[in-house]
Amino acid sequence: MSEPGEKKAPAVRKIFPPAVNTETERFWKAAEEGKLLYGYCLACNEPHYYPRSFCPFCFSERVEWRQASGDATVYAYSIMYRSPTGPYTIAYVELAEGPRILTNLVDCDFEKIAIDAAAKLVWKPSDGGAPVPFFTLA
Amino acid sequence: MSIKGKAYVMGAFEHPTREAPDKSVAQLHAECARGALADAGLNKDDIDGYFCAGDAPGFGALSMADYMGLRNLRHMDSTETGGSSYILHVGHAAEAIAAGKCSVALITLAGKPRTSPPGGGRGGGGFAAAPEAAFEMPYGGTTHNQYAMCATRHMHEFGTTSEQLAWIKVAASHHAQWNPHAFLKEVVTVDDVVNSPMIATPLHRLDCCVVTDGGGALIVTSPEVAKQLDRPKVKVLGAGEAPKGTYGGKVDLTFTGAAWSGPKAFAEAGVKPSDIKYASIYDSFTITVLMQLEDLGFCEKGRGGRFVADGNLISGVGKLPFNTDGGGLCNNHPTNRGGITKVIEAVRQLRGEAHPKVQVPSCDLAIAHGTGGSLGTRHGSATLIMERE
Ligand SMILES: [Zn+2]
Repeated sequence: MSEPGEKKAPAVRKIFPPAVNTETERFWKAAEEGKLLYGYCLACNEPHYYPRSFCPFCFSERVEWRQASGDATVYAYSIMYRSPTGPYTIAYVELAEGPRILTNLVDCDFEKIAIDAAAKLVWKPSDGGAPVPFFTLA
Repeated sequence: MSIKGKAYVMGAFEHPTREAPDKSVAQLHAECARGALADAGLNKDDIDGYFCAGDAPGFGALSMADYMGLRNLRHMDSTETGGSSYILHVGHAAEAIAAGKCSVALITLAGKPRTSPPGGGRGGGGFAAAPEAAFEMPYGGTTHNQYAMCATRHMHEFGTTSEQLAWIKVAASHHAQWNPHAFLKEVVTVDDVVNSPMIATPLHRLDCCVVTDGGGALIVTSPEVAKQLDRPKVKVLGAGEAPKGTYGGKVDLTFTGAAWSGPKAFAEAGVKPSDIKYASIYDSFTITVLMQLEDLGFCEKGRGGRFVADGNLISGVGKLPFNTDGGGLCNNHPTNRGGITKVIEAVRQLRGEAHPKVQVPSCDLAIAHGTGGSLGTRHGSATLIMERE
C-alpha cells in the first residue's frame, strides 16, 4: 500500500546490513558460517540475546557465546501490509535454548503462521553486509 | 521527598495547526511556548527551567534555549523517552521545583512529520548506533508492526478481539467530532474500523493514530507563582516513570511499563484508579490504550477488551471518559509524539475548559499516561496524576 507522494518503491525489501562492532564481530563471523550464537552466563546460567560481552541479568563478564540449534516456536508476529515492497512478517520466536528473539518469518504461507507454531532458522543475505538470521515455519 | 502538591500546571497550549509546511520546527516550538505563557499569564523571562526531548532541533536544550532567548534558565532537562517524554517532564519539573531548582518550568514539543517526513522528530540519527540496532533493524520493524505483535499476543492470551479494539477508536471519534481542530472529525463505527485496510495484522488503518504537524507546550510552576496567577490551579499529585525493554530475550509483550509507573504515581498521589474522573491515555494505536488501561489498574489484566467495549470510554456514556479531544487516534499526534497533548487535555478537563459536549462534570482528578518508543521492543512509560485545587 503506498501513500500519495511516496517515492517509487524498490521491487524487493532490502535487508538492512547489520552494523558490526568489536563487541559483536564474532557473532557476524559465525553468521557467515551459518551459525546463530547466543550468550550464556556461566555465573547465573541464564542464556541471553542479543549476545553481549557481559550478562544482562547478573552483570558478570563470565559469558560464553553458544551456538543455537535453530529450533524455535513463534511467540508473537504481525504481517506487515503497509510495505511498498509487499507484505512481510515480523515476529518474536522463542529459541529452544530460551531467549525470545526478534526476526522475520520468511518463505512460508502467511495463513499458516500461528503463535506456538514450530519454526526453524534460515539465513538471508543482507544488502552488502553479513547474512542475517531469519526463521521459517518448520 | 514527594512532589505531591509541590507544583502546578498553570499553562497549557496545543498548537492549532495540523499541517505546517511554511514553519520551521524551532518556530513551532517557540509558538507553542508563547501560547502556554499567554495561557498562564507569564512572560518569557519568568521561565527559569526548560524541558525538551528528541524532537527539539539541535543540541539538547541549548539550541532551543538560545533560539527562544531564555535568559534566566537555571535548570534544564532533555530526558528522552519518545512520545511519553512530556508527561515525564511534568514530573521532573515538579521535582526540580520542589528542590528549589526552578520556579517556572517550560516544556515544549513540536515537529512536522506530515509535511516534511521522515525524521520529523529524531535528532541525531543515533538509532543506527544503538547496541540493539544490528539485531533489529534488518527485520523491518516499525511502530505499526511492533505494536501489532503485542496485539497478536494479547488476543492469543486473553481472547481480545478486533471489535473490542475498534471501540477505542469509536470513542475517540465521538469526542473528536466536537473539536474544530481535530484532524479526523468524522464519527466512525466498529464496522468502519474493522473494515478499514489492514496495516499490520491485527491492526487496521483506523486502529492507528494520525500523522500531524504541530506541537504543544506546558508551564509548570511553584505554588508561590501559581497563587499569583489568574488561572484555575491544576496541582501535580503524583508521577511515575519506568523503562521497559526486551531484557536479554525475556521479552514479555503482554504488559507495558504502566504496570510499574502507574502504581508509583497512584501511591504518591494517594488515590486509586477508581477515583479518577478523566483519563488521557496515550493512543498511538488502539492496542496501546487497551494494555495501558489494564496495567494502570482500571480493569483486571486481560479484561481490557471487555472494559473498552460498548462505549465505556465515551464521555457522558461510559464509566471512564478518555481522550476527550479526540486523542492521537483522531485529533492530533504532533511529530509522532502524543504525550504533551495528553497533559493538555487533562488540564482542560480539570479547569472545566474542555468542549461542553465532552466536559466531564465536576472533574477534579485526572490521569495522563504515556508510552514512548515501541511497545514491542523498548519503551518509556510515564504516569501523571493531577487535581483541580
Ligand atoms: Zn548472569
